Amino acid sequence: MKPVEIQHISKSYSQLRALSDISLAIEPGELFGLIGPDGAGKTSLFRILTTLLIPDGGEAKVMGLDVVKDYKMIRRKIGYMPGRFSLYQDLTVEENLQFFATIFGTTVRENYDLIEGIYAQIEPFKKRRAGQLSGGMKQKLALSCALIHKPEVLFLDEPTTGVDAVSRKEFWEMLQRLKEKGISILVSTPYMDEASLCDRIALIQAGTILSVDSPNGIVEQFDKPLYAIRTTDTYQLILDLREWQLTHSIFPFGEYAHLITTHQVPVEEIKTYLIQKGHEQVVIRQQKASIEDCFMDLMPAVA
Amino acid sequence: MIQVEGLSKRFGDFTAVNAISFSVKKGEIFGFLGANGAGKTTAMRMLTGLSRPSDGNATVAGYDVYTQTEAIKRRIGYMSQKFSLYEDLTVRENIALFGGVYGMKRRRIKEKMDELLGQLQLMDKRNHLVGSLPLGWKQKLAFSVSLFHEPEIVFLDEPTGGVDPITRRQFWEMIYEAAHRGITVFVTTHYMDEAEYCDKVSIMVAGKIAAMDSPQQLKQQFEVDSMDDVFVNLARG
Amino acid sequence: MKVFWAFIKKEFFHILRDRRTLFILIGMPIVQILIFGYAVTNEFKGANIAVYDQAQDESSLDFIHQLQASGHFQLLQSPGEIEAAFQSAAIKMAVVIPANFGQHLYPGQSTQLQLLTDGTDPNTAVTLTQYAGLIIQQFQHQGRAERQAPPILVENKMVYNPALKSVYLFVPGVMALILMLVSAMMTSLTIAREKELGTMELLLVSPLPPFLIIAGKVIPYIILSLLNALLILGVGVYVFGVPLIGSFWLLIGVCMLFIVLALALGILISTKAETQQAAMLVSLMGLMMPTILLSGFLFPIESMPLLLQWISKIIPAKYFILLLKDIMLKGSGWYYIWTESLVLFGMAFFLLMASWKNFKIRLT
Repeated sequence: MKPVEIQHISKSYSQLRALSDISLAIEPGELFGLIGPDGAGKTSLFRILTTLLIPDGGEAKVMGLDVVKDYKMIRRKIGYMPGRFSLYQDLTVEENLQFFATIFGTTVRENYDLIEGIYAQIEPFKKRRAGQLSGGMKQKLALSCALIHKPEVLFLDEPTTGVDAVSRKEFWEMLQRLKEKGISILVSTPYMDEASLCDRIALIQAGTILSVDSPNGIVEQFDKPLYAIRTTDTYQLILDLREWQLTHSIFPFGEYAHLITTHQVPVEEIKTYLIQKGHEQVVIRQQKASIEDCFMDLMPAVA
Repeated sequence: MIQVEGLSKRFGDFTAVNAISFSVKKGEIFGFLGANGAGKTTAMRMLTGLSRPSDGNATVAGYDVYTQTEAIKRRIGYMSQKFSLYEDLTVRENIALFGGVYGMKRRRIKEKMDELLGQLQLMDKRNHLVGSLPLGWKQKLAFSVSLFHEPEIVFLDEPTGGVDPITRRQFWEMIYEAAHRGITVFVTTHYMDEAEYCDKVSIMVAGKIAAMDSPQQLKQQFEVDSMDDVFVNLARG
Repeated sequence: MKVFWAFIKKEFFHILRDRRTLFILIGMPIVQILIFGYAVTNEFKGANIAVYDQAQDESSLDFIHQLQASGHFQLLQSPGEIEAAFQSAAIKMAVVIPANFGQHLYPGQSTQLQLLTDGTDPNTAVTLTQYAGLIIQQFQHQGRAERQAPPILVENKMVYNPALKSVYLFVPGVMALILMLVSAMMTSLTIAREKELGTMELLLVSPLPPFLIIAGKVIPYIILSLLNALLILGVGVYVFGVPLIGSFWLLIGVCMLFIVLALALGILISTKAETQQAAMLVSLMGLMMPTILLSGFLFPIESMPLLLQWISKIIPAKYFILLLKDIMLKGSGWYYIWTESLVLFGMAFFLLMASWKNFKIRLT
């Protein structure tokens, strides 16, 4: 039985179409990433799956139970970490954990082994008010609270947003360890680089799914030639390549610019064009697309 | 354009910014990085004349941050992720308002407004409420509005949070274009790859500047490939 | 200067486009003026009085006729028991005409009238006495013109609140107000706050039945409210000397009833409000104001226009204040207060059902 099955789900809020015909399934024990920017529909989808919202159309099942009819049972089996780490700011770390354990009918001790690795890092601060914790610590506390009743499926809505890069890395390491304990995890994130840490991902933008596959699979599916180019003047580089007729798309990517051409072009040809335009120290290499490249290529046209 | 020497800010016992020093040249894109709580926002507030330093010296566009804050405010543009435009005013009203606030003449506002609307392809949405625009368009509009009165320096506080990857890059192209026109850009961000777009970058850790150089130099120094790794190395001490 | 205008213009845009603010800025003053204008009146119309006519002669009947004709009083067939009539609030004043009234209305004699007025509402009592006094004077005048009648000695007696202490009226009023504040407003705020902070999501997703979530939030406020009620009572009785004639436990029971009702109101408001601000606004405008203005706390209901009187019938505080006054000042027992209690009970039940139905187990 699949932990999560979504079929043709849609949801609108007055004028806004948040989700359009979403279908997806998660395998048992999988670490599944929902990747997309703000407004893509991630939170709406999560709320439907955690039985907090009723979809306008379609069906969804969690652990084989229907999200609309069997919500009571679902609520007992899932762990949820909503955006903004909803914690009680004026309760201490300890009190928060105890509270959530109690309302799920268990004690902190019962499932401590599950959260040990995570909680150990904030235990020295257990008497501190949750409102005074740093972003990384709030994250760990919220995760502990979501796990304390040993859920079968874990839903984490943007757990790494607004947290520093080091904590983000640590968090994903924790998720990997949880996966080994057999919990199925559905995570949403706007950070494309985190996509490669998942077993499978779904790219979502403006309420529709662009692609579903393993990170490698998505990259393999990318069939256009991609070149990373660097010169001394990135801005001019982009302007010049935008005018070129062989360019399909050109975007800055840090130091380099990523050029996608309409068909395979020898590197030398690109170099010649650029030198002609007056660029110096031209470095070009053809490379594999990253998840971000794929996402941008799959996105419908933006203004 | 910006000269900072030993700038500090203390709140009671707590030192938010601890004697930082740096300088930014005209037309440079300066990236101000660091974790939340490292002191970035406090430092920016001091430079934009919103907060009085406890110690040290700084000048922005040649004006002193202690005594000439009004002059500074007139010459800078500002945009932050938390607030940029009034959601319940239309696109036109927002532009006119901010233009007026910076003392632009009516006619000039009108001229430039048509130009701006054309560039952003918002001409047919000019009477729509800003709140009804998608996030990416809002951000781009907010940036344009911050430049509307032709400031010499623009301060951007986490301007690209949450938008899709294409809009983010379009935004940075707008920043490049502004820098090319000679506008100095002071930007904070927590997207490490965006640090690469900057000419010079400083990383703040616990109120101090832990590293400052061009992205290329920093990567060489730490022998890593990406700014992300530079940051991780620094943070892990 | 231009910048200044730009800001003013912007602020107007904000105001005009926010319907809620608009309602408060324009709607509320209009409503308040109307209510104040109509509710605050020194005129007094249509109070119920009883007349115990021991004379039953031509003069007394003439006098009674004049009382009626003034338009200020309605007459009840004198129930034998004046005390009972006061207890059940059927009358606000009783006029006792002695047996020899008519006989003594001749020169050389003196005659008396006794006015018994319900002092639990000092403002009303004073006004009523004054009106009655006027009519008696008129009657006298007429009598003097006709047959040189002697002056009528009027004996005024305030029942239940001889010193006409207004604190007797204020204590029940303050009690109603404070309980409304703590129970209704605070409850609505705490639930709205969880929604605003996002922790409500987590509570909903847990196996906790919604009933327990509400109960858990509400019980501390019940305890707090009860303590408050006792505090106010204590101060009223021991510091201000408000009498507590009726049963203490009956009083507590009535307070509990009102507390539960206020709580149900608070929960109902919080099911609709998305933010703390909204909850606060609705509580203040929808609960506090009517409680102060239309419950009989400050202004007598009887002198309000019919529309407002009808509205005051659905204001729980009105019944609560009546009950408090009856029990504390008149010593009324169960027999007399059961109608008001029933009304409160019904309201509480209805509100509890409504908030139960409205409590959303989901987020939309």
